[in-house]
Amino acid sequence: MTHVSIQELTKVYPGADAPALDRLSLEIASGELTALLGPSGCGKTTTMKMIAGLLEPTSGDVRFDDRSILRDKPEHRGVVMVFQNYLLFPYMSVADNVGFGLKMRKTDSAEIKRRVGEMLDLVKLPDLGDRRPSALSGGQQQRIALARALIVQPEVLLLDEPLSNLDAHLRFEMRDLIRSLQQEMGITTIFVTHDQEEAVVLADRVALILDGQMKQYDRADVFYKRPVDEATARFFGGHNFIPGKSAGGIFDGPLGRLSLADGAVEGAGKLTFRPENVRVGQGDGNNLSAKVADVIYLGTQTRLKLRVGETEIDAVVNPNEVEGFKPGDTVPIHLPPQTLWVIS
Amino acid sequence: MIGHDGLWTKTFRYITCLLLVTWLVLPLIPLGIWSVARGWFFPDLLPRMWTLDAWRYALSDTSGVLDALWLTIGISLAATVLSILVGVPAGRALGMYKFKGKEVIELMILAPTIVPGIAVVLGVHTVFIYLGLTNTVHGVILVHLIPTLPYMTLVMAGIFSNYDPAFEAQARSLGASPLKTFWYVTLPAIMPGIIVGGLFAFLVSWSQYILTLLVGGGRVVTLPLLLFNFATSGRNDITGAIGMIYILPGILILTLTAKQLSGRSGAVGGFGRI
Repeated sequence: MTHVSIQELTKVYPGADAPALDRLSLEIASGELTALLGPSGCGKTTTMKMIAGLLEPTSGDVRFDDRSILRDKPEHRGVVMVFQNYLLFPYMSVADNVGFGLKMRKTDSAEIKRRVGEMLDLVKLPDLGDRRPSALSGGQQQRIALARALIVQPEVLLLDEPLSNLDAHLRFEMRDLIRSLQQEMGITTIFVTHDQEEAVVLADRVALILDGQMKQYDRADVFYKRPVDEATARFFGGHNFIPGKSAGGIFDGPLGRLSLADGAVEGAGKLTFRPENVRVGQGDGNNLSAKVADVIYLGTQTRLKLRVGETEIDAVVNPNEVEGFKPGDTVPIHLPPQTLWVIS
Repeated sequence: MIGHDGLWTKTFRYITCLLLVTWLVLPLIPLGIWSVARGWFFPDLLPRMWTLDAWRYALSDTSGVLDALWLTIGISLAATVLSILVGVPAGRALGMYKFKGKEVIELMILAPTIVPGIAVVLGVHTVFIYLGLTNTVHGVILVHLIPTLPYMTLVMAGIFSNYDPAFEAQARSLGASPLKTFWYVTLPAIMPGIIVGGLFAFLVSWSQYILTLLVGGGRVVTLPLLLFNFATSGRNDITGAIGMIYILPGILILTLTAKQLSGRSGAVGGFGRI
């Protein structure tokens, strides 16, 4: 179990105007599964490579249990990185791939054989040891890459976009496998992804990085309920941003006076709420009358484009609630106070 | 798609095949006959008498053929090994990295294949005299690198341009030292290139005449030098026998590596640049 502390980690590539990563600080509790989330080019892979020792940071520090590892060579860091495209060595059998890390540690061959067998059982591919990596499917390659990393029992496991190359039906299977192995072995795990869904389903906590800077570091649900700013909210699919002023639990803006739940920011800001938290019909407080601008049926849900005065509101609702709604109708809606959030 | 070729394509293929055989194999036949003939003059289709005298002489101690053979093998092997040692890192730099002046460096590496050897060697000769490398085997090996290195480097550049260095990062991350990473990960990946480039280097060194003659100063007698001596002295039978010995490695290497050279392997990709 290893506590990972990333302190003001910065990377400026030679010749670049802006840093690829700007003073990232992150405390990752031991045994936790953390996602570094951000669009491609935001500096998340750079971070990963610096932790793995494959890239030299410009400044800052990475500490495992309060010991700086930056001077350690990659092979002595106790970190194993699993790349997005798996990188199974094509000239070796699957078993030799899985056993590679132990061989480098001069483990004797009988012991390697035994542990490779165990590991293949653990990733549920016990019969593939003699195959070549090229004979495996993408999902199988992913499992073997994971087995090859876990067999050396690293202090810290790094995963690069672990689910993004997999078909939809394999993603949940892989997610469960990663989570169960990670919990069982208690390995502090960091993975990077550009896909917020991947981050949400897999991680205990998510660090959102935009333009080389960390925006927010929290449990996944907090990003939906309490985003720190508009960019963060937008990254998680937020659409509704309404300017106004917050004072004493009341938000005054183009929608009128809306009551807020406790803990809202005071002063000028933007009101934001999730499309799926807009309720159709009358409720306790914050009742509004909206005009339907568009109805988009999405199968399991329906997206409504609404207009309150000049303000557009996006809503996602259960299709049954809005059967028969047409553009031009005027309908009652309400915004439950605990789902409203003000960002400065 | 075989079987869908038109008649014309088929005919064309036979004609080119025939031309190739005429060009490459036919000239060798008289050489073979000469090596076992005694008295073979103009109007006769075949020699009047057959004998193994030329072979007996060629393989005897007095002719110096065997000494020259071992020396040539030694020089060519040494030149090949040195070419690999220099060509692999050079090919990696050219194939994988972008840097300032890369085009100029590529051109300079290619230059020996374009500029005639004799033009190069006159300059090299002066330098080698100054360094005391003339008339020595070391000097000959070193000067053979001028024509062998371009082939080696370009083959390796072709290999490395299709090579993903992330495999090395992965190996390091799994606990391999840089040396073990090279041995277990890099080397197997680039082996086809080393084999093909090495064979080319060997054959190019094997067939050097001018460079050996000038730098070796006649003291380092390799097989082509010996062959030339007999050819100019009019001993067609002995020339034929030595000639047969001389072409042996080429034929062996070609048959052994036909698969690697067929163009389907990435190892010959680098030749696109020549």
